[in-house]
Formats: sequence, C-alpha cells, structure tokens
Amino acid sequence: MNDWVVAYGKAIVKFRWLVVLASVAGVLYLASGGRFIEFSNDYRYFFTDQNPNLQAFERLERTYTSPDTLLWVLKPDEGKVTTPERLAIVKEITERAWQTPFSTRVDSLTNYQYTSAENDDLTVRDLVEDPASLSAAEADAIGAIALAEPVIANRLISEDETTTAIAATLKMPRDDQQATAEVMAHARALLADMRAAHPDIRFELTGSVALSNSFAEAAQRDLATLTPAMYLVLALTVFFLTRSIPGTIATILVVTLSAAAAMGLVMGWAGVKLTPPSSGAPTIILTIAVADSIHILVTMLIEMRRGLSKHDAIVESLRVNWGPVFLTSVTTAIGFASLNFSDAPPFRDLGNTAAVGALIAWFLSVTLLPALAAILPMKAKDTLVRQSEFMGRIAEVVIANRRVLLVGMIVVIAGLATLLPRFTFNDRFVTYFDERMEFRVASDWAADNLTGIYQISYSLGSGETGGVSNPEYVAKVEDFANWFRTQPEVVHVSTFSDVMKRINKSMHGDDESYYRVPDDREMAAQFLLLYEMSLPYGLDLNDQINVDKSATKLTLTLTDISTVEMQGLIDRADRWLKTNAPEHMYSYPAGQAVMFAFIGRNNFNAMTTGTAIALVLISACLMLALRNLRLGIVSLIPNLTPPIAAFGILALFTTEVGFWSTFVIATALGLIVDATVHFLSKYRRASIEQGKSPEDSVRYAFSTVGTALWVSTFVLIVGFAILALSPFKVNAMLGIMVALTVAVALIIDFLLLPALLITVDRRKKIAPPADVVASASPAE
Amino acid sequence: MHIRDSLKLVTAVTALLLPLSASASAEAVALPDDPAAKGLAIAEETDRRNQGFGDTKATMKMILENAYGETSERALRSMTLENPNPEEGDWTLNVFDKPRDVDGTALLTYAKILDPDDQWMYLPAVKRVKRISSVNKSGPFMGSEFAFEDFSSTEVGKYSYKWLRDELCPEPVAERTCHVTERYPLYEHSGYTRQVVWTDTTDYQGRKVEYYDRKGELLKTLTLTDYKLYESKFWRAHDLFMANVVTGKSTRLTWEEYSFGNGLTQNDFSTNALQRAR
Repeated sequence: MNDWVVAYGKAIVKFRWLVVLASVAGVLYLASGGRFIEFSNDYRYFFTDQNPNLQAFERLERTYTSPDTLLWVLKPDEGKVTTPERLAIVKEITERAWQTPFSTRVDSLTNYQYTSAENDDLTVRDLVEDPASLSAAEADAIGAIALAEPVIANRLISEDETTTAIAATLKMPRDDQQATAEVMAHARALLADMRAAHPDIRFELTGSVALSNSFAEAAQRDLATLTPAMYLVLALTVFFLTRSIPGTIATILVVTLSAAAAMGLVMGWAGVKLTPPSSGAPTIILTIAVADSIHILVTMLIEMRRGLSKHDAIVESLRVNWGPVFLTSVTTAIGFASLNFSDAPPFRDLGNTAAVGALIAWFLSVTLLPALAAILPMKAKDTLVRQSEFMGRIAEVVIANRRVLLVGMIVVIAGLATLLPRFTFNDRFVTYFDERMEFRVASDWAADNLTGIYQISYSLGSGETGGVSNPEYVAKVEDFANWFRTQPEVVHVSTFSDVMKRINKSMHGDDESYYRVPDDREMAAQFLLLYEMSLPYGLDLNDQINVDKSATKLTLTLTDISTVEMQGLIDRADRWLKTNAPEHMYSYPAGQAVMFAFIGRNNFNAMTTGTAIALVLISACLMLALRNLRLGIVSLIPNLTPPIAAFGILALFTTEVGFWSTFVIATALGLIVDATVHFLSKYRRASIEQGKSPEDSVRYAFSTVGTALWVSTFVLIVGFAILALSPFKVNAMLGIMVALTVAVALIIDFLLLPALLITVDRRKKIAPPADVVASASPAE
Repeated sequence: MHIRDSLKLVTAVTALLLPLSASASAEAVALPDDPAAKGLAIAEETDRRNQGFGDTKATMKMILENAYGETSERALRSMTLENPNPEEGDWTLNVFDKPRDVDGTALLTYAKILDPDDQWMYLPAVKRVKRISSVNKSGPFMGSEFAFEDFSSTEVGKYSYKWLRDELCPEPVAERTCHVTERYPLYEHSGYTRQVVWTDTTDYQGRKVEYYDRKGELLKTLTLTDYKLYESKFWRAHDLFMANVVTGKSTRLTWEEYSFGNGLTQNDFSTNALQRAR
C-alpha cells in the first residue's frame, strides 16, 4: 500500500503538467453543465410525490381551483378605508390585478358580488360599482355591509374597517421561474405605483406566489453573497496557516473546481433544480474540500521544514495522508448521502451535491493539488513549528488533568442531553425568511392588521351527485364552520353554507329570518342555479363547488400559530368530523400550512432511519480503517456526543426547532468523524505500531495532527457559520447548528477523547502484539 | 358611443348592399378589402345565411370534465324564436332536465345587442318566476366552461371586427379555407377582450373560436363540429367542445333532435309560458 502510494506520488510529480491539464480539463467539463442550472421556486418541491399532505393539496387543486394567491393589503395611516377616494383605490387595484399574468380571479371589497332582492327580481352586482359617485356617508355604510357578509368580513376587510385586501387567484405554470418573475414584476409595479401615488397609505404584498418568489430570491441571494464571503474566509485561513501564497492559490483552485464540478454535474448535467437548501451546497463543498487540501499542504510544508526536498515532501505527504484523506472524504460523502432519506427533495439534492463534491475534492486533492504544488514555488515558514509546539502544550495539560476532564466532560454532556426532550417542531413558513425579505415583513404586517397567511382547506363530500343542495349536508357544513369559528386559532372561515344562506335570504325578499339553510333540496338547487346564472366571469362558485356538485370546499384562515398548535387544531377537527359528520364528509385537510405543519414530523421519522444507517456505515468504515474494534467502539463517543451536546446548548436558548434540525446530525456526522479519524489513526500508529504508552501516543497525535485538526475545524465552523448570514432561516439554522456541532466535536476530540483513550488503555494494559496490525492499514 | 354610431351606419349601408351582391352567388361572396369592413362582412354573411330560420327546437346535453377527469352531466331542452327586429336578438327558452334537482326549471332570454339580456327564471320548487338582474352574466353556465353568451345566439352588432387572414380550416375540415377574424365585444361588461373566429369560406359557418380574457390572454378554445344541414339551408353544429386552457377543465356540449318550423309564436316565449314550459 505504502509502496503503491509512493510510486503514485512520484508519478504525479513527474507528470505534473499532464496531471494539471488533464484534471482541470475533466473538471471543467463537469462544471460546464452549470450552464443548464435552473432555479426552482416551487414550495411543493419541499415534498415528495408520496407525501400524503402534498397529495391532498393537489387533489384539492384539481377538484376546485388553483391555490396560488397574491394579496395586496392596504391600510391608511389614519381613518377607515371606506371613503369614496380609498374605495376608488381598491377598485383601481382590483382592475389592475385582473391584468396580472396567469390570474383567474380577483376578489376585493369593490367587486364582491352583492345580492339583493326587489319584488321578484334577484339583483347581483358589485358591492361598489362607482366609488366616485358615492357620498361620504354611502361609502361609510359599505363598511357595515361588508362586515355583515361572513364571506369577506375579516378576510377582505378588518373588523375596524381600517385595512382591506385585494386577493388574486392565479393558475401558475408548475415550477416556472420565468412565470413567477413575470407575475411578481407586475404585482410589484402595481405596489410601487400605489405607494408613490398614495404616501398616506401603507401597501404590502403577500400570498403564495410571493412565498414561491421568496424561495427563489433567497437562493439567489445566498449564491451571490455567501459564496464570495466563503472564498474570502478560505483564502485568509489557508494563508495564515501556511503563509504561502502559492499554497493558498492552489487550495482555492482545488476547492473552486470541486464546488463548480459538483454543481455542474448534479445541478447541470443531471438537471436537478436549485432551491434555497441546495444553494448552500457550494459553500458546504468549499468548506469540506479545503480540509483535504489543508492536510496535504500542511504535511508537505512540515516535511520541507524538516529538510526534505519539495518533491520528496509531496510524495511523503501523499503517503501519510492517503488513507485518512480518502477515509474522511468517504465518511463525509456517506453523511451527506444519508440526506436522501429525507422527505424533502431539496435536502436530498443538497446531500447529493455535497457528497459528489466531497469525492471530487478528494480526487483533486490527490491529483491536481500535489501536481500544482510540484509546479508552484513553495517555501516552509517557522509558524508551523510554533503551532506544533502549542499543540504539544495542550497535550500536556490534557494528560495532567485527564480525570477531571473525563468526569467533567461526561457530566456536562449528560446534563445537556437531558435538555433534548424539550424540543418541539415549529415550521411556520413565513418565519423561514428573516426581516430582510419583503415577504416576511409584508406577511407579518398583514397578519397583524387583517388576516393570516396560513390557510387550511377541507373538501367536504355530500356522498351524492348534486348533494350540495341537500339541506342536511349544508346544515352539517355550517355546523363544522361554526365549530371552527369558536376555535381560538381561526381568524376566518369561508364556507359554502354562508353562500347558500345568503341566497336563501335574497330569494325571500331579503327577509332576515330566511338567513338560514334552505329547508328544501330542490329549492336550494334552483336558487343556486339562478344565482350562478347571475355571476360575472371569474367570480363564480367553481372555486368552492366541484363539477358534479357533490362536494364543497371549506377554507380556514388561521392566526399566526405554531405548527404544534396547528396540528392540535387539525386533530380536534378530525375528531369533530368523525364524531359529528357522516363518513362521506370526512376529509383530509390540505394546504401549504398543513404540508409545512407536518414537514418536521415526516422528516424526523425519515431522517432518524437515515442518520442511523449513516452512523452504522461510518462507524464500519472507521473500524475497518483502524483495523481495531476497541478503537472503533471508543470512536463512537466523540462521534455521537457532539450533536447531543450541540442540541443541548441550543435548548438553553430555544425549545422550538424547524424541520432543518432533522438534517443537522447527518450533515455533521460525516464532518466530525474526520477529526476523530485523524486523531485515532495517529494515536493508533504510536500506540500499536510503535508500542508507545497511551500518554506518549496522545502526545504524538496532538503534535502530528493537532494543528491540521483545529485549522480544518476552524474552516468548517466558519464555513457553516457563514450560512447563518442567509436570509433563509432554514439554511441559517442548519449552518449554525452544524458549526456548533463541529466546534463541540473538536473540544471533545481534544479534551475528552485523549482522557478516554488513556483511561481505557491503562486499564487494558495488555497491548495487542504488533504483528496483528503489521499489514499497513489505509488509515495512516 | 362613436363606435356604436359608426357601426350602425356600416351595418345599415352593408345591409342595403348585401342582398345585391351576396344573394347572387352563395359561394363567391364579394368582400371589401379593409380588414374591419371585411371582418364585419364575413359576420354578416354568416348571419344572413341563418336568416329566416323561424324557430327551432332541440335538446342539449353537456358533459363537464375537470382536470382530474371527473365528469358530470347537464341536460336541457331549448326553443328559439327568430326575432325579425334587427335591433334585438332572438328569444330562447331553456327547460332544464338534469341535474334532477333543477328538473323543470326554465330560463327565458330576450337577447339584446348592447344592453344586458332580459332574463327570467321559473323555479318550480317555489312556483315563482324570478327576473335575473345582473349586468354581467359572463360566468359559467351551470358550472360548465361555457358562458351563456358562448352558445346562445350571436348577433352581428355585439362586436366590432377585424379580418386577420385566410388559412386552412382546423380539423376535421382541414382541406378547406377559413377566414380568420378577430371580434371585439362592444358590451362593456363582457367577460372577454376579444375572440378569434375561424369561419369556413365554403358555408360561412364557424369552425373554431378562441376566447381571450380581460388581460388579453387565451382562456378557452371552442371547436364546432358535426354540422348538419336543415331545411337545405340552415347549418347547425351538433358538437361544441370548449376547452379551458388555463384550468385544464373542459365541457362537451351536444345538440340533438333539431327541428325547424314548429310554428312557435311570441306567446310561447312569455313569462307565463315559462311557468308552463315543463
């Protein structure tokens, strides 16, 4: 093995120009797939096709109308919206909203189809036809009329009549970035015009299309800001460590090509669409790729410092690092690949891209990097040695205080572990974006002043064709709606029963006592037919009644509640339906809010399996590489405890986590294992091959890999911490937690692992004979 | 209003000229060169060929299909009386048979040119006639993809026109040539901004209509097939297929049992007749 690597190293040095050209050409070919990269802005992409919540959502969409919306919300600085001038603004926005590409329906205070009766006439007209012709008193009266209509009260107009919304329904082509951009451009132009023309009124824009757009914008923002920031940090770190400009350049080249090739291969050639989570991939690849380069460069420079020629140092560095660098790349790739168990495809993409990146980085680190090092002028500086001495001092401190450290660390980790059961999932998708995103600000403000963005719909079946006119059915729908209205989480209920009651009243000369469900089925059906004949284009009932009139849609708008509370509401509603309604009325709730309400739970279940499998595979790799079961078992402790401790630390600050948390362990596992591998392989070499005492073996491990470990960990921490700058909180929190886990892992590797090794090996002083491990292991 | 006045003038002038030019030969219709006048002339030729039909009776069936493939059926009987007054449209009376809950419900329509149609509906469940007072009735007819105006009588004066081009007709008469004309609703509450009509040059019957919504984008496509000739001069399409290109929903409307010369009179189209219509 060693001979083979030495021969390989010599060949790389000899054919250095050819290696550089061939590897760069190959990698550039992969990277050239980058020209095919497309962004995805479809929030549905966060769910697999098998996801029952997505299926319910799509069933609802195909049965009724598209659920995509845009909501312009306006509130004057002072006074009510029900003045002739302000109603004119609402009407103007309504008209212009109709011009939005892909719009199929616009609902507002002015075009609400108001029914009234006069003798035997049924009049159906816009609630406000000509705002300019209204007197102040007439305009004011509109508010009272609107608030008496449960269909629009608290949805299109607030209780205090100060806030109103114009809602557009859109039929967006599925996952078409261009279409979303076009719609948003129109919607924002309208918003900007209104803001400029009416400085005394606040206008905001929200809705599901704005949500989709925010996903795409967050992804683009991440790529535009985080990746350059990462480069800067990398360049500075590598330079301060090696004090070598050529070394820094070579490293930057290797990591850039790794990230570009991985993105080009997965996102370009394989055609995977880029989403906010996967847009974190380049940053992550840069981070993990640099670790490989650092190990090889640092060893090479140390060897040169010891007097070897540059080319000999390169060969020696490859010999020493071949095994560990390969092993850490494989374990990192396994960790990321386990994200494929996720129920959220964007994280599968992130995992696959990062896994491919890790492997490409390994390949370039043993081809391009040494070849470049052989070409570029390199000099070793003193700093490296000083750092090595510093590591030696740490080793002495750890050895001297090992009992205190062992007990202390275990107590702290156990203490942190007890905090874990406190966590609950909360995935309110509005809070995925921080206040730098327009969507977050607008949605929060709209929720405070008028209506929430979280909606849940039920398709309630009547069990028979035309059954929506069955009085029993409508009465049951009304009971369900009324039950929801008593629930504290519900702001608004949109139900067909209200439409039916309203028609019944108008068909009976606007007699208030007829504001109830019609008691005769034929009568109800005929009233409904008459009413539908009176409605204009785009304001029909097809969005809430299915084609054979056997089911209607009931839609709830919720307050700004946590997903746990939302699950609670859904569970209670489920029980209500099962207890009070006939079986054919039972329905599964659907909506974006519902999908995200269960995203945490679904991914937790999926990722528990994924993480367990990754752990088994990674541990197996480790044991195989170390050729030692005992060390393999010991390695579980520094590999498993860091995520526990990191989440324990998080629990001190918050007990709510998003679905991102289910990906932290799998992502971090492949990274923290690296440090363990490097430390243990050096310890093993000293302890087993050279027969040193546990203390001396620890000293050896610290002095040989200590520096490289803390530097590569530092790069990992900074790299993932940079994700914290993302306006997309899922990326930010994933970054923070992986950074924290990696940091905790280094502390455990430096403080707990040596203490543990000394304690275990002291007790079991019968060291295995050297010949058992005489065959060189790949982990050296 | 200027458009209306000038249109009336154009209509009047062409009405005078038409019998001279067009009646001579049904096949070769002399059309003006100006696209607007040519478009109008094509519509008038279509209208002229339907003049004098008197009255018709027919049954209609609609099959609604949503994007999910679920279907639902509607059925009604229809009577039409030609209105000799060119200032107004024809009179129709529809009696609903399906769905069962609206069986016997009847709808009486006096079509207008530029004003909202007069419409009354008889509701057997309450034994009352109700007048529908709404300026905009472009919503779906019985939940289908058809608006009432899409299949009810087309009056020439409802639109202004522009001839676009001549090209091969759509299937299944792809070997013939069609006039492609754009027409713009003059009624301010129409649900459409424009329609594009393919008119067969051989018989001046519509083969296809595209409906554009108020943002000017294609909303629905209507294909008219299965034409049959009655009284050796009146063509009637028996299969009208409306596809909503936005929602993926569609409706197939089929006419059956057409009969002409039933001796219907205005008395059969009164609100009193509406109550007896069942």
